Amino acid sequence: MSDLMFARSQMAMSLAFHIIFAVVGIAMPAMMVIAEGRWLRSRDPVMLELAKRWAKGTAILFAVGAVSGTVLSFELGLLWPSFMEHAGAIIGMPFSLEGFAFFTEAIFLGIYLYAWKRIPPRAHFAAGVVVAVSGALSGAFVVCANAWMNAPTGFTIVDGVVTNVDPLAAMFNKAAPAQIVHMTLAAYASTGFAVAGIHAYALRRGTPHRAFHRGALQIALAVGLPAALLQPLSGDWSARDVAERQPVKLAAMEGHLRTGPAAFVIGGWPNGETLEHTGAIEIPGALSWLLRGDAQAVVPGLDAVPVADRPPVAIVHTAFQLMVACGSVMAALALWGLWRWWQRRQQRGIALPDDRRFLLAVLLCAPLGFIALEAGWTVTEVGRQPWIVQDFMRTADAVTPMPGLGVTFALFTALYIGLALTVAFLMWRQILKTGIAPRPSNMTGELAIPRGLSQTAPRP
Amino acid sequence: MLDGTPLTWTLPNAVAGTMVLSLNAYVLLGGADFGGGVWDLLARGRRADDQRALIAKAIAPIWEANHVWLILVVVLLFTCFPKAFAHLATELHVPITAMLVGIVLRGSAFTFRTYDSRQDHVQRRWGRIFSIASLLTPIVLGVCLGAVAGGRLPMRPTAVLATVSFQARFVDPWMASPFAWAVGLMTLMLFAFLAASYLTVEAPDDALRAVFRRRALQSQGALLVVAAVTLAFARADNPLLFEGLTRGRTAVFMHAVTVLAVIVSCWSLLTSRFHVARVAAAAQATFLLWGWAWTQFPWLIPPDHTIEELAAPRITLTLILGALAIGTMILLPSFVYLFRVFKAGETAFGDEGQVG
Repeated sequence: MSDLMFARSQMAMSLAFHIIFAVVGIAMPAMMVIAEGRWLRSRDPVMLELAKRWAKGTAILFAVGAVSGTVLSFELGLLWPSFMEHAGAIIGMPFSLEGFAFFTEAIFLGIYLYAWKRIPPRAHFAAGVVVAVSGALSGAFVVCANAWMNAPTGFTIVDGVVTNVDPLAAMFNKAAPAQIVHMTLAAYASTGFAVAGIHAYALRRGTPHRAFHRGALQIALAVGLPAALLQPLSGDWSARDVAERQPVKLAAMEGHLRTGPAAFVIGGWPNGETLEHTGAIEIPGALSWLLRGDAQAVVPGLDAVPVADRPPVAIVHTAFQLMVACGSVMAALALWGLWRWWQRRQQRGIALPDDRRFLLAVLLCAPLGFIALEAGWTVTEVGRQPWIVQDFMRTADAVTPMPGLGVTFALFTALYIGLALTVAFLMWRQILKTGIAPRPSNMTGELAIPRGLSQTAPRP
Repeated sequence: MLDGTPLTWTLPNAVAGTMVLSLNAYVLLGGADFGGGVWDLLARGRRADDQRALIAKAIAPIWEANHVWLILVVVLLFTCFPKAFAHLATELHVPITAMLVGIVLRGSAFTFRTYDSRQDHVQRRWGRIFSIASLLTPIVLGVCLGAVAGGRLPMRPTAVLATVSFQARFVDPWMASPFAWAVGLMTLMLFAFLAASYLTVEAPDDALRAVFRRRALQSQGALLVVAAVTLAFARADNPLLFEGLTRGRTAVFMHAVTVLAVIVSCWSLLTSRFHVARVAAAAQATFLLWGWAWTQFPWLIPPDHTIEELAAPRITLTLILGALAIGTMILLPSFVYLFRVFKAGETAFGDEGQVG
């Protein structure tokens, strides 16, 4: 592999790793705050237990997100110095705002985790709200910067030199709104589904803590289902956006190889050089109709640009289909869940659907959100290739001159695999196992707060 | 102030000053967290576990927040001095990568230790990774800063770079610079000294206080020795830098206040005035850092690139300073609240969080 491929792989891996923790850092606080809000209203001890347990999980994941995010902020320069040299002044703005949002999140998460006994309950709840809001904001800011790479604006190039820099125009670029909405919904949907799956598993398996898991499932579904239901609409918006600004990316996503009326291509393995499909089902005119409302409308295909300017179409198309498939199943589950919810409310006055079939569906859908998330980012990033800044700078021109990037790639691969395994093991042993064990555990007692604090001696 | 350039109020200088301020916060807060890890590694005696528990307690609620100061420095660098960022990230690729590995291992191992099983061998394993990473990371951070300050990383035209070997370009500038390594060691000693000084205040009993008082004095001694060695290397390595460090009224003034802080720190430690010692330690670190910044002014990448010439367009700097001002208005009260909550001890809300 070339150094460029190693650099791209390292960046892809770092992002794929970080994004899971970033997303959890957006959605988990929302769920833990809902639980705490319900505890404050109803004084239901189960809700307090839930808030604490979720907070503990959030703490572990947030810490890993914090360190992997630090790595990314350095990697921008370590791997893509020429990109940062030209883009830094233009898109640094959302990054610095993200810094502040993250700062706020870290401060109030610290307060939330360790100050249960130190501040009044309402202040504690408010701290949780700040964590949830600043988490969502920091995600939005980072997506702003990414959207700029797709829809670069806020500068002009005169004789190869960047001038007329306008950071605000760059930050509020045209791709940002659709991407931010899509990403934020994805965060709530994927985390909501994953958490719902865990508690559905416990309920199906049978547990003495039914009330606990029902409460958890209810909140997780309340966060995940509406987001999953809205996501297809947001996806449609995103696709139209991409069609307008990055027609080649759209062509790669949809496997639309030749300019002309576009079929909707399902499955298949497209070849970007021969412009041939293998094994795809095509619905003629469907894509043209989806985009323009006219089955005969001409849509630019992959052949609109020379071979050197085409993204690896097979990867982009497959990733896109995977994302759409996962999203569709999730939306279907959301529809079913809301229908059952409404039905049961009519019949028995109990809202939460917890029949075994529904729980099994929730359990099976648990990983879909995260799969869709990773696939979606593959579409965004690989679909923009060979550009790092669409139509302005090639990824190959941005890479560091430092040789031997295979070594750092191997190093970070090992590091991330180790971290992922440890986090998975820890979440299992410290959070999940105690939560879903069939034998009763200390479910409503005080959680073990980290060693240091549980030993706090009262001071004068 | 190598050539006596007067400090003028310009946008790039203001941003550069803000970066030093942010680095200052990182040294005082995040640095002490690293130092805590060093003392975790060196915890000895019958009460070693109590020492570790105290360190963990001091770090736990705030380390992520403390850590963001470093991210702020990086973001400011790449937004406001993108050329400098691209240059440094390229030339210092190897040590920065090492530092990142250290940051990842330290942060995650600390969190895993906090939340993993209470069993001793598990705790020891995470504790070992946490403390070793805490020891190595500050050294590498210092080496990077030392390589910059020592003028080892000049910007060279592409044609020249094509003739330079891997070793000469990516390794030697920091690896072969005794000055950079001295700065690395000094950073470590400084962080350890800060942590020990802070811990004397946070210790719950006299025995632990005595332990960290001794640690603070020992690390202060080591710090002074390393600082003297660093100065000697600066003289041998980089006469220009040495001149900046020793000549001029400002340099003398910075040295004077630093020495004053050292004296106050030692005196208050010896007489068990720990709150004074904490302030003195923070002041000493601050003076040291600003002394370096002052020496390097107006150069961002010595020996030949100034803050002014590497700065981003005015509009970017203006907006960033505006964002910083607004951000600070949110951050400062948040930080004050954070520290008040955790340094004030437990209050009457103990029962609210309990479940019956």
